[in-house]
Amino acid sequence: MSGLAAAIRVGMYGKSVLLLERHTVAGGLNSYYKIGKYTFDVGLHAVTNYVEKGVKGTPLTKIFRQLRIDRDSFGLCPQTQSRISFPETNLLFSNDFDQLRQSIADRFPNEVHNFDKFTVLAKTNKEYSKASARGEIQSFFNDPLLMEMLLCPLLYYGSATENDMEFGQFLILFNSIFLEGFARPYEGIKPIINSLLKRAKEVGVERKMGLGVKKLGTESNRVAEIVLDNGSIVTADQILSSIGAPETQRLIHDSDRCRKSEENIGKLAFIESIAVLDQPPLDLGFEDTIVFFNRSHQVKYERPNDLVDYRSGIICSPNHYDYGDRSLKENIIRVTAQASEPMWRALSPEDYQKQKQLAFDRLLETAASVTPNTSVEKLKTSVKFRDVFSPTTVTRFTGRIGGAIYGAPIKSSDGRTEIENLFICGTDQGYLGIIGSMISGIAMANAHVLSAAS
Amino acid sequence: MTADQVKKIILDIIGEIAPDEDLSDVKPDVRLRDQLDLDSMDFLDIVMELRKQHGIEVPEADYPKLASLDSCAEYLTPKFAESAA
Repeated sequence: MSGLAAAIRVGMYGKSVLLLERHTVAGGLNSYYKIGKYTFDVGLHAVTNYVEKGVKGTPLTKIFRQLRIDRDSFGLCPQTQSRISFPETNLLFSNDFDQLRQSIADRFPNEVHNFDKFTVLAKTNKEYSKASARGEIQSFFNDPLLMEMLLCPLLYYGSATENDMEFGQFLILFNSIFLEGFARPYEGIKPIINSLLKRAKEVGVERKMGLGVKKLGTESNRVAEIVLDNGSIVTADQILSSIGAPETQRLIHDSDRCRKSEENIGKLAFIESIAVLDQPPLDLGFEDTIVFFNRSHQVKYERPNDLVDYRSGIICSPNHYDYGDRSLKENIIRVTAQASEPMWRALSPEDYQKQKQLAFDRLLETAASVTPNTSVEKLKTSVKFRDVFSPTTVTRFTGRIGGAIYGAPIKSSDGRTEIENLFICGTDQGYLGIIGSMISGIAMANAHVLSAAS
Repeated sequence: MTADQVKKIILDIIGEIAPDEDLSDVKPDVRLRDQLDLDSMDFLDIVMELRKQHGIEVPEADYPKLASLDSCAEYLTPKFAESAA
């Protein structure tokens, strides 16, 4: 998706641009797939950074301006209500920031004042701090439980480093999730991708699907030729790569570089179960848009020592967005938890299938156990279609090594690589999610292709 | 080209890149950033549109000269005259 946004920017200003996508469907980590008669989004639980029409100066508005896309083409519908669920208590939040504040006032009356002070910082802060978020928030809050509860959704949405993130990233995510909010198009990610593809076509982007880059041939520290999967060779003044930093390094086929890039492979991977139900999630006791749950005292956000860590995760129901007078045709619950990519990769094909089905059942049981007024049996018998994707599924379809959807722990914030005319955009430049990836593509195209031309 | 025509060109460009801004009362002597919601990404687009639509090049060091409509006119009018010649 960052590649698409970058291509649009370059195309808008009359430069010739070739957009390569190895997969047959556009969107990368934010794509969709068909299975049976269903179409599921790969990554989309929610579009973050949602603000109402007319709110200016936020990432969402920047995207529509910079790409000259009509906001209505995304068809964003706001969430109803989300939850942070811990054994001790719950916090509720929605696109109305006051709901989170009120929830904190009810459960942590002594912390409201601190929360208000923190909110002012989050709104006004301009400097990016690389300090530990866990460390920094301790200077604002006193209650460790509240700190864990605020960290949980921000880690999950999403940190590329285990158990912590940079404070700068924490503030960005606090804005995009709490101060701004969640939304989803009625038809999932597809209208967003289609809107970008249409715009790319308008501005003359040449697009090749099912064709990836096999190798980048370098000469005096520049990419001199790009060898494609079909053996043909193209050349370019600048190359923006949205496939990930270590994945890009590997294309240079230099053993030193490959070794170095190994250290920058993300450890965080996830498994997700998608259950199509024969009745509305609400009737089964699921009333929220997204639930970030944690069943232990501290959020363990790290590669588990098991196939799946069921102690924390996300429950998402795409049915719970305000679609106006429409409602989704299908009733869906998605449950996500952390998984160990090396362990999934090591399974034999038979074991892999077996473990996927076991994981599906346990993810449903987990979802039921953290949701009041829900019966596991009733939930299980209401499932009429199921799908699971594991970390290895993610690698297979997106090329992300290690199934690391949040990418490499060390980001390239200016997008530069050691190669002069090769740049990184997308997740490994440091912006994630649907809105983040588009912002990254735009910013990197501006900095390294458009400004460079003047 | 007159200074007023240059100001009109700049306003038209802003209208294209930021259709959600109200341009009916832009004061020529006040910084554009102070009266409109424009950031560095938008200013890059003003520069890119000047090049695309009018063949006018604005080097990065000169971006501050596009601060207000008046300063735009002062800086760009000679450039338009040059390109017309």
